[in-house]
Amino acid sequence: MAYTKRFDGRKIDELRETSAKIGVVPNADGSALFKQGDTIAIAAVYGPKILNPKHCQNPEKGVLRVHYNMLSFSVSERIRPGLSRRSQEISKVTEWALSPLVLLDELPGTVIDVHINILQANAGTRCAGINAAAMALAAAGVPMTEMISAVAVGKIDDKIVTDVTKEEEDYEDGEGATDIPVAFLSNSGKLTLLQLDGRIQAKRMKEALEAGKEACKKIFEIQKKALKEVE
Amino acid sequence: MATKIKKEIVIPGEIISKGNDFLPGDWTMKQGENIIATRIGIVEKYDKLIKIIPISGVYIPRGGNVVIGEIKDLTMNGWMVNIGGPYSAFLPLRECPGFIEESEMENVYGIGDLIVTRIFDVRRTSVDLTMKSRERGLGKIQNGIVVRVNPHRVPRVIGKEGSMIKMIKDASNCYITVGQNGLIWINGDDIEKQAFAKRIVEYIVDNTTTEGLTEKVEKWIAENKPASTKTASNEEKIEVKE
Amino acid sequence: MVYKITRKNVLEAVNKEKRLDGRGLLEHRPIEVNFGVSNKAEGSVSVKFGKTEVVCGIKMGVQEPYTDHENEGTMTTSMELLPLSSPDFEYGAPSIGAVETARIIDRGIRESGFIEFEKLCIKDGEKVWSIFIDLAIINDDGNLIDAGALAAILALMSARFPEYDEKKEKIKFGEFTDKKLPLNADKMPLTTTFFKLGEKIFIDPTREEEEVTEGRLTIEVSKPEKEEMINAMQKGGEAVFSTEEVEKMVDESTKIFKKLNSLVNEELKKAKKEAKEK
Repeated sequence: MAYTKRFDGRKIDELRETSAKIGVVPNADGSALFKQGDTIAIAAVYGPKILNPKHCQNPEKGVLRVHYNMLSFSVSERIRPGLSRRSQEISKVTEWALSPLVLLDELPGTVIDVHINILQANAGTRCAGINAAAMALAAAGVPMTEMISAVAVGKIDDKIVTDVTKEEEDYEDGEGATDIPVAFLSNSGKLTLLQLDGRIQAKRMKEALEAGKEACKKIFEIQKKALKEVE
Repeated sequence: MATKIKKEIVIPGEIISKGNDFLPGDWTMKQGENIIATRIGIVEKYDKLIKIIPISGVYIPRGGNVVIGEIKDLTMNGWMVNIGGPYSAFLPLRECPGFIEESEMENVYGIGDLIVTRIFDVRRTSVDLTMKSRERGLGKIQNGIVVRVNPHRVPRVIGKEGSMIKMIKDASNCYITVGQNGLIWINGDDIEKQAFAKRIVEYIVDNTTTEGLTEKVEKWIAENKPASTKTASNEEKIEVKE
Repeated sequence: MVYKITRKNVLEAVNKEKRLDGRGLLEHRPIEVNFGVSNKAEGSVSVKFGKTEVVCGIKMGVQEPYTDHENEGTMTTSMELLPLSSPDFEYGAPSIGAVETARIIDRGIRESGFIEFEKLCIKDGEKVWSIFIDLAIINDDGNLIDAGALAAILALMSARFPEYDEKKEKIKFGEFTDKKLPLNADKMPLTTTFFKLGEKIFIDPTREEEEVTEGRLTIEVSKPEKEEMINAMQKGGEAVFSTEEVEKMVDESTKIFKKLNSLVNEELKKAKKEAKEK
């Protein structure tokens, strides 16, 4: 059966219920919680601080260290506590997504630690993580040239949809499901995260990117509002 | 319907000025025709300069600031001090008054000691400190308690012309020394009074963005004063009000 | 941030039977409970003691029983000190703190008879339910043992069995039943850790206070019938305790048990009410 109506009744370009809050980890220099539908991510930033040991320091610019992990009970089938290969990969792509924003040239010899944890997962976890991390960095007063927003776009059967759920990711009929997480910078509109898991016709890629861009603009408004409520 | 407009917070990347009306100051950057903020904070315009006053994040050292730091290590010619943030701070031996033998250095300021000191030079990532200053109160902290707060809230703890800090001093009977890096030294003759002063400071810091902070603090002090801190002068004050 | 003079400050305060935040020696910080941290867990809760926040999730599994307990379910307790919880975090294997804390909490629950392990048997000698109690620290401001222990109890009490396919002998993850875990509410163990500094003993320290303490004694208490029972005890740190001190702490722990017991019942009642209103 072709995918004509989304499982949760949303329009193809509609985001799930999204909310954001900062200041959720008192010990951190900056922290945020980002909720995208059922997916909940928290991020905490410590730094900039001096990087030890000294020989690891980069005398030219600062270093961004990202650690992403999911809590064992964030998914239906328990994940053993500790790092996995998936969390290591996501940590790296997240670091690459966030680094272009931060004015690391102004912070030589320092490190900024970004910790992301997923409390509850229903697809789009790395995107929720990036959204939370961006807010945590901003709240921590880290010098940045702009903000970043991320969303998981998908091609479910032959429909390009915004903000996929796990149910959609598991869709097997027709053309199946393709998951495309993207992240856009708020001012320059450039992409700093782009992954694809599945298959898509080359000519449809433009449509997917456009959908992602539009969705990220909406997400940016939510992040901005939460940041301005800082106490 | 006159409402007091709370100063708006701007976020990184936000356009704060268009065209050539202003020159980009601290934490701003020119991007094409516009000036954008590069750090979360409050916009301030000073003549032709537009800048961001940070509200969070690490302490930004400035020459002349009095700071409170922790001795981390000793070298032949001075002490390495932690003043917070990604800066290495150094107190050279020659910046201390009097003559100190190398073997005596540990006794003067030992590892783990806290000192009240002054910044005299700021470089890209390092800071030089001095104890030679007309400023009184520089030196090692021997007694009292030290509170750590967001350095960007320090101006509110001090208040307009020191009004807030005077309130804390009067209410708790303690000496308060404020380090611009967010460390605040409270010294009194009684741990209870010092603890009370600490709680007043924390109350101020938690409520800096609310309006009528001064009145709120006065009210909080009246409601939470431990019995032992009531002094003769305060009791007189209460009688006059009645 | 703990400085050399911090120890002096805390000691001076406790010697006067007070804390820097105005509390008495045997006073808790405000305790906040929120259920439902993750809807993927069979049960989950967030517990705050002041600024300390611990989350606990319960996950169920099925497995073969252990050979010496052929008709009993199993239980595993773990604690993760999440990197985001503290500026002092370092990467690597679980720290002794997290491992020891998880084990103390595990023992208290196991020994108390709170969980009726026989009722977790699906097929004698072949298939039993396993309970995973996973704790994670979100913000470390001291007293992780007590916050974690309370979170574990509340999470267990709010947990429900997942759907089980008897034919396929598999759990239908994501589908929940209304069936609670087999718990003996009267055997519920509640934990208080006492900390020693100098000659003074106090509870629920902040991280700053905890760093300067010299030793601790964790006592897990339950009250199955008319009499209080101790289900686990652990002394940590290098301080020494006199027998009088231990007796006093045991006595205090029974008083604190009453307070925590009321808190648990109140929170469960509140949660039930909120669930009904939905």
